[in-house]
Amino acid sequence: MQIIVAGNKKEVQDGLKLTELFVQEEVETPEYVTVSINEEFVPSERVKDTVLQEGDNVEFLYFMGGGSNGTDR
Amino acid sequence: MALTDDQMERYSRHIILKEVGAKGQKKLLDAKVLVIGAGGLGSPAAMYLAAAGVGTIGIADADEVDLSNLQRQIIHGTADLGKAKVKSAKETINAMNPDVTVHTYRQFVTSENILELIQDYDFIIDGTDNFPAKFLINDACVMAKKPFSHAGIIRFKGQLMTYVPGEGPCYRCIFKNPPPKDAVPTCKQAGVIGAMGGVIGSLQAMEAIKYILGVGKLLTGYLLTYDAIEQEFHKVKLPSHTENCAVCGDHPTITELIDYEQEVCTDGLK
Ligand SMILES: [Zn+2]
Repeated sequence: MQIIVAGNKKEVQDGLKLTELFVQEEVETPEYVTVSINEEFVPSERVKDTVLQEGDNVEFLYFMGGGSNGTDR
Repeated sequence: MALTDDQMERYSRHIILKEVGAKGQKKLLDAKVLVIGAGGLGSPAAMYLAAAGVGTIGIADADEVDLSNLQRQIIHGTADLGKAKVKSAKETINAMNPDVTVHTYRQFVTSENILELIQDYDFIIDGTDNFPAKFLINDACVMAKKPFSHAGIIRFKGQLMTYVPGEGPCYRCIFKNPPPKDAVPTCKQAGVIGAMGGVIGSLQAMEAIKYILGVGKLLTGYLLTYDAIEQEFHKVKLPSHTENCAVCGDHPTITELIDYEQEVCTDGLK
């Protein structure tokens, strides 16, 4: 089936799990990555059981620091 | 007040734009933008705002200029080593444009000071490098109904989004809570290509300028990501259903600011 990952069309196996996509896409620290499918966030407790469907539009949103430290905590 | 002859000349490339004009330039001169963090992002952001004639620029940072900063923090120079970043930044801006009043705040942002810091400003630029500061700035801006630009950079990647009260998701809508210490790599651990601050920090300045002018589309409801290796920008449309957000949702559970106890990703001083 075809899905869209970060804006790019990808051919993946039918019934691919989200967790399997993490591996295929080499997602770093997936437990701290926010996922949206078809412009809806996947609640963290549902990531494990999420199975992708034909045409799904998947986005990975990563924590990113950078800049200068504004707090000393 | 009308623009002076010098100002007409200095900002002529702005004034000729139909989206700006003398009227827009006056808006910029009357505007107040606070840049939190005078580092990789805050340097280009503050410099482009200054060159553009944003009349009041606040700079908040508690650090001093360190040798390892200079690869990307272009508002500081070799002669500024050891100097307070806010002082060095103010000197650079003063040398660039006498139209700009610079207010410096040599402090880290905390739950105690941030609301007072942001209250006089029209737009806030998050140029910090660590998650406690990013969540604090987000929550304070949501509570005080202030628009701000969030950004992050690491390695060859960068991203930014804009929060405008009532017009789309906030940072916490996406990321919920800061990651535990050392769970995700920081710039110091992972490195960052210096020009990344230039790309993303300049885009933050662009968002502030467009907000002030009331021109075009902002990155509200979108996260713009940039991958320098692939040389690709990607605009991620964010979910619009964010009524459950702990701070900007319909029934917020976060009603007081939080100082998260966490690591600092300093640039080598601490
Ligand atoms: Zn929110």
